[in-house]
Amino acid sequence: MTRAHALPAYNFAYLDEQTKRMIRRVILKAIAIPGYQVPFASREMPMPYGWGTGGVQVTAAVLGPHDVLKVIDQGADDTTNAVSIRAFFAQVAGVATTTKTTQATIIQTRHRLPETPLQAGQTVVYQVPIPEPLRFLEPRETETRVMHGLEEYGLIHVKLYEDIAQHGHIATTYAYPVKVEGRYVMDPSPIPKFDNPKMHRSPALQLFGSGREKRIYALPPFTDVVSLDFEDHPFQVQTFKAHCALCDAGGVYLDEVVTDDHGGRMFVCSDTDYCETRRTEGHRGTGLPSDREDAGREDAR
Amino acid sequence: MTAALISTAALLRVSGVAKSFTMHLRGGLELPVVANVAFDLHPGECVVLGGPSGVGKSSILRMVYGNYAVDAGTILVRDVTSGKMVDLATGDPRTVLDLRHASIAYVSQFLRAVPRVSAIDVVAEPLVARGIPREQATRRAAALLERLNLPSALFGLPPATFSGGEKQRVNIARGFITDHPILLLDEPTASLDATNRDVVVAMIREKLAAGTAILGIFHDSPVREAIATRTLDVTAFSAREAA
Amino acid sequence: MSSQPILSVRNLERRYGAFIGCTDISFDVWPGEVVAIVGESGSGKTTLLNCISGRMERSAGTVCYRMRDGRFPDLGDLSEAERRFLARTDWGFVHQNPADGLRMRVSAGANVGERLMAVGERHYGNIRRTATDWLERVEIAAARIDDQPVAFSGGMRQRLQIARNLVTHPRLIFMDEPTGGLDVSVQARVLDLLRMLVADLGLAVVIVTHDLAVARLLSQRMIVMKSGRIVEQGLTDRVLDDPRHPYTQLLVASIPES
Repeated sequence: MTRAHALPAYNFAYLDEQTKRMIRRVILKAIAIPGYQVPFASREMPMPYGWGTGGVQVTAAVLGPHDVLKVIDQGADDTTNAVSIRAFFAQVAGVATTTKTTQATIIQTRHRLPETPLQAGQTVVYQVPIPEPLRFLEPRETETRVMHGLEEYGLIHVKLYEDIAQHGHIATTYAYPVKVEGRYVMDPSPIPKFDNPKMHRSPALQLFGSGREKRIYALPPFTDVVSLDFEDHPFQVQTFKAHCALCDAGGVYLDEVVTDDHGGRMFVCSDTDYCETRRTEGHRGTGLPSDREDAGREDAR
Repeated sequence: MTAALISTAALLRVSGVAKSFTMHLRGGLELPVVANVAFDLHPGECVVLGGPSGVGKSSILRMVYGNYAVDAGTILVRDVTSGKMVDLATGDPRTVLDLRHASIAYVSQFLRAVPRVSAIDVVAEPLVARGIPREQATRRAAALLERLNLPSALFGLPPATFSGGEKQRVNIARGFITDHPILLLDEPTASLDATNRDVVVAMIREKLAAGTAILGIFHDSPVREAIATRTLDVTAFSAREAA
Repeated sequence: MSSQPILSVRNLERRYGAFIGCTDISFDVWPGEVVAIVGESGSGKTTLLNCISGRMERSAGTVCYRMRDGRFPDLGDLSEAERRFLARTDWGFVHQNPADGLRMRVSAGANVGERLMAVGERHYGNIRRTATDWLERVEIAAARIDDQPVAFSGGMRQRLQIARNLVTHPRLIFMDEPTGGLDVSVQARVLDLLRMLVADLGLAVVIVTHDLAVARLLSQRMIVMKSGRIVEQGLTDRVLDDPRHPYTQLLVASIPES
């Protein structure tokens, strides 16, 4: 609170209280109807659309003075977007920030869910560019709303069908559509499908905000989240041949990092906090420039 | 006894039928055609409509088939499934379609060729429509076309490009393939050579022997003499003079 | 023949403000029967088609449809969910412009398979087999299954639209000038295909056309419309060979003989 006092021009957590109440009401409705996109009066934020304006508004509305905030972008705490948003809330709300998943009460994220399992009491805020899972097949908003209302979801399988017809398998790797509580089809935001199973029956509250599209939706704790698929082409997450070159973690989502201009590369945890924690625990990867040959990603098939 | 009654009872009973055309494109000009048409048609009987050209023979045939509407009178047709006489003149389309399906068939003067459909399928179609397996229907169609001396090379081709005589033989085969109890023939032999004409005459005789009632127009007097059990002079019904 | 109509229209009217789109329309459609609605542009035939297929609100009158379970409700009394379910299972709608009825940027296979997926089919192999089967029935090479309709000719697109509609074995198909935008040779192929499929599947069809040859070829019954009203209806061959109303006589007299 001290910093906020130092900046009297701003209300706590940037948004005025009326706006926060409006957003909280929307969030409550979203929680009451899991997976349903609730429209809200998205505000102009001091950042461009596409940089997390939806997530920031949701975070601002749920943030309290005693919360501990973590912000990740592509799994990392140290990328530009993550650093700026963390600094923003440290300044306008004076809340404590952290990079530790286990210590955070609110985690705002773009593109990833942490590898460390989420706990009851934690809230994840997703930044969502396009909340409508049917958008690319049905451009009319009036029509997609009716389709959601009447549970007409054949179209979403058309997209998966096209994937199999073209690639021999479901090639959608991110923003992979899910069905929530057997009712609404939802876009999980552009997280890799690797993270989809983590949403299922998660003890944490999951909130999704899309600033440009002015939609908020939510998954209350322990909600059923099922990735859509075909009987003969069941949903599968990506698997990786390699372990993390730095911390030797297996079964985690890896990023490819180019290390030189001679084709040298290595695969490391996309979740930087997870990787650092393992290294402080003494795990050591084989991340030496000489033995990276058999690393490589193998897609789900 | 009941069976005997049905087998000799009239299959078609026309009474008081009148027909005129109103030509709205010519200022509502009335063209009377026939009036007070009345006759019966019994099983195994071949009634030939006689009289000069334009007297209304074709119009009567078309009215009996439901193709032309009537201004007055009744056309009772015995429904083969129920055995009852049904009035076709009221023109209810579904009644007419029902009667055409099983009770009354018509061989027109010209084949109305359907694009892209082969001759053999054109002939087999009425059987298929009545639920007979396509293979069996096609076999019977082929047998009929062979009997009518249509070159087998033509069986698989659509009749649109056939000669007049070839088309007419396809048309006859199509009309004769079913066992409708009433058969209406509009000059079926008009464009046939002597050989094929004799085949058609033989086919008509077989139909009559089997109890089919035939009402037809035949300008060809040898054919008429060969098959007619009775001639009905349509001049008696003509409404032209009256007008 | 079934003794109960599948569709029953009574005193239907559609107004656009003071202008009458169609009025005083009553007719029935029975299972397995093709009914043609003919008339010139502006005669109200497409308005009528849209009203009876639930695509447009009517101003007055009733449109009852025989459901598979035998109920015969007015379409207006069904919920939107029921109406839309009917529209993608029990009914088909073939548009004049195939682009209106197809997803142009989705493969032919998915276009055909969409309705199956919409009713819950979740087996890719089965969907693909059924789609292949239907493409063959409408004379599209199975090898084209993964091509998008944008790469198809007009005739192929129209045949694809037909397959897409028939895959769920509908009972009633609405068609709006299905051969309207096609070359004559292509038209014949589509017509022939429609004729065969309608007969094989025992479909009830309401087809709007200004082409009397199409009406003669496909339909058993015909409704002639002028200025939003039915001026004559009856057996197709009867209406065409013995037209009674001045307008029908004009229509029939306007066909060039070939």
